[in-house]
Amino acid sequence: MTIFELIGFGPNGWGLAMLLATAMTIALALCGFSIGCVIGVAVARAKLSKSRLAVVMADFYTTVLRGVPDLLVIYLFYFGLSQFLSGTVTFWCADGGFLLGLLQPSAITPGLCGSRGFIELPRFLIGSLALGVVSGAYQAEVFRGAYGVLSRGQIEAAKAVGMSPFLMFRRIIAPQVLGYAIPGLANVWQLTLKESALVSVIGLVEILRQSQIAANSTFKPFYFYVVAGSLYLAITAVSTYGFSRVEQHSLRGIRRA
Amino acid sequence: MKFSSMLKVVVASTMLIAGAAQAENKWETIRIGTEGAYKPWNFTDASGTVIGFEIDLANSLCARMNAKCEIVAQDWDGIIPALNGGKYDAIMAGMNITDNRLKAIDFSRPYAISTASFGVPKDSPLAALAGTGKNLNLESDAEEVKKVIEEWKPLLEGKTIGFQGGTIIDEFFEAYLKDVFVLRGYKTTEQHDLDLAAGRIDAIFAAQAALTSTFKRPEFSDFVIAGAGIYGDIMGRGIAVGLRKTDPDLKAKFDEAIQSAVEDGTIEQLSQKWFGLSMTPKQ
Amino acid sequence: MDMSYMVDVFLELLSGVPLTIQLVATSTAAGMILGLLLAFMRMSSSAAVRLFAQTYIFVFRGTPLLVQIFLIYYGLGQFHHTLQDIGLWWFFREPYWCAILALTLNTTAYTGEIFRGGLQSVPFPMIEAGRAFGMSRFVLFRRIVFPIALRQALPAYSNEIILMIKATSLASIVTMMEITGLAYKLISETFRAVEVFVCAAAIYLVLTFVITRVVQGLEWWLSPHLRRDPKWMMRRDGDRHYAKSQAASSGGL
Repeated sequence: MTIFELIGFGPNGWGLAMLLATAMTIALALCGFSIGCVIGVAVARAKLSKSRLAVVMADFYTTVLRGVPDLLVIYLFYFGLSQFLSGTVTFWCADGGFLLGLLQPSAITPGLCGSRGFIELPRFLIGSLALGVVSGAYQAEVFRGAYGVLSRGQIEAAKAVGMSPFLMFRRIIAPQVLGYAIPGLANVWQLTLKESALVSVIGLVEILRQSQIAANSTFKPFYFYVVAGSLYLAITAVSTYGFSRVEQHSLRGIRRA
Repeated sequence: MKFSSMLKVVVASTMLIAGAAQAENKWETIRIGTEGAYKPWNFTDASGTVIGFEIDLANSLCARMNAKCEIVAQDWDGIIPALNGGKYDAIMAGMNITDNRLKAIDFSRPYAISTASFGVPKDSPLAALAGTGKNLNLESDAEEVKKVIEEWKPLLEGKTIGFQGGTIIDEFFEAYLKDVFVLRGYKTTEQHDLDLAAGRIDAIFAAQAALTSTFKRPEFSDFVIAGAGIYGDIMGRGIAVGLRKTDPDLKAKFDEAIQSAVEDGTIEQLSQKWFGLSMTPKQ
Repeated sequence: MDMSYMVDVFLELLSGVPLTIQLVATSTAAGMILGLLLAFMRMSSSAAVRLFAQTYIFVFRGTPLLVQIFLIYYGLGQFHHTLQDIGLWWFFREPYWCAILALTLNTTAYTGEIFRGGLQSVPFPMIEAGRAFGMSRFVLFRRIVFPIALRQALPAYSNEIILMIKATSLASIVTMMEITGLAYKLISETFRAVEVFVCAAAIYLVLTFVITRVVQGLEWWLSPHLRRDPKWMMRRDGDRHYAKSQAASSGGL
């Protein structure tokens, strides 16, 4: 069989499987990135807040998550999350639920409570949470940096014309911070996309895992890892182009030197 | 009476009725959950039907229990919750008895043993590892295990052995063959298969069922299984039917049916048919 | 949390530290040399050389490191007969060398871009001044261009080393038992993911902290003009850049 038959869409080809896996990678990276966005904004706010505790906690979060290998974070979520949830659910079903009287959750969700000690989250959810938590640490730094570029004068001016804090955030702060943040966010997106390959270690069938399956089945690992690499490059190229368009659009009002 | 209290009463009485109905179940139909993706234990053929060793066995067991079998497919991740949730009544999915699982569910007596051996190149000195073709239980054959492993040691000295890391094999090596050879722990069995074929490692240690199906492939025509098949104790107490803790009557029925299937050689015959090796548990 | 268990885990994980450090040190050292080369290629006057460098950077920065490791380890394993024939199999046979090769090629792409940024930030008047002193191209590079470029590039470079420390964890997937490999083994034995994670994270954070400090020290050592008595600077000229160029052009680094 030639390489083109192997990666094509014929009966012996892996083309369709690889395409589906590409969709999974994109979905995973998008979910991880979105979760990271929410975390990033929250942590950036904490870093800029006046509360000493919030600042210390936010710094701790970004230092740890940026200093520890992402693979470890994925293991933590994969093994630790179900360990943690199983503990909580066992309590809820066995003890907590009992205290609440007859209306035990087990009566409503037997599937969840009948299975003490065996709560397993879908791998997709675990993967995107792990990616999101890491991505959030990087996004927090991006948002904080972008906020620092805002000139004080604009905020003072907004206050002077009597804008409410919300209106000021919506009209002055958010559009500009987002605009300045886009190059940084584009970097974090690339990072998240590439890290999504690590989720293959917990068995989620995305590009890399699918290539492994195909490589083993056909005994042609080289071809399939080249295909995997090319798919990532294609996603990278398209998203780089997309981000540059968005950047041009959002910074259209800013004069360039 | 408040609505919420009323609801509680309704739910409670429904549960009582449901419980009573459960107790009266005469097990005329037994629904069996399986994964349908674990060749050759249970897998889905091109037409979408689930077939395999366990499906044949389930039909035979149900006939012995005068019951009708219904096969239900369920992803591995949710296979235990779905049993306890009542989606089916029994699990037959190549599941080993372990302490962790015993916390959640009950098991019948084992209907098969999953043994592990070395896979080596035909022309390697390792092909002479002692005990090939024999199955040894770490618990009940402890003396013989010790003897065989002593015979292995000089051959294995300094070799590089691949295995799937994070599994019971880790524990086995730690307990019986510590520091004899260089360990390479892989994430998946596929990966050590590739490295064995590429000649990066001298041998792999894996489940015999997996080795047999791997070595059937043309790329592995020069590889053989070597050394005794190891099982029992830390290497798994056997493949058994998973059951709800609340159904001791069903467990008794399964135990009896498995006993008779072992005695009349049905299990041996099915195991030869699907695996090409003996996986019958000892009496 | 069970303290004695934590201590056991911690000691077990510590045994993976030497391998992690070896992987980081070897691949960053090799990546530094190759990265410098790549930076020059990227600024070359030949379009073909520039294109090669750009493609290299695009490919290695645009694909996951894990794919690169798999391609080098399992992918090249497909050609083991050929590799044996040309006498390279001893290298590709070992997961250790495959991991180092993948890490090196990967960091080269990032380091190249960092160095290019640093080299391009060297003000031209300094080079002119060096030439006026009659420095040879080599001396000019060694005494003027390289130290200044390195100083400019250091913050970004220290980030890259930290990323490399994290990246070595992927070597565990090709069977290397460094810190993360040991952590995975411990987690799958006991399922006590949180305790193992805390210990492994602590070790990685200490490594990161040490690297950050070393690089800060290097930066301090490369910036003697910023260490002079502040009064001296105030007296001569408030402008630090002036002082910087003074120090550099007199070769006083």
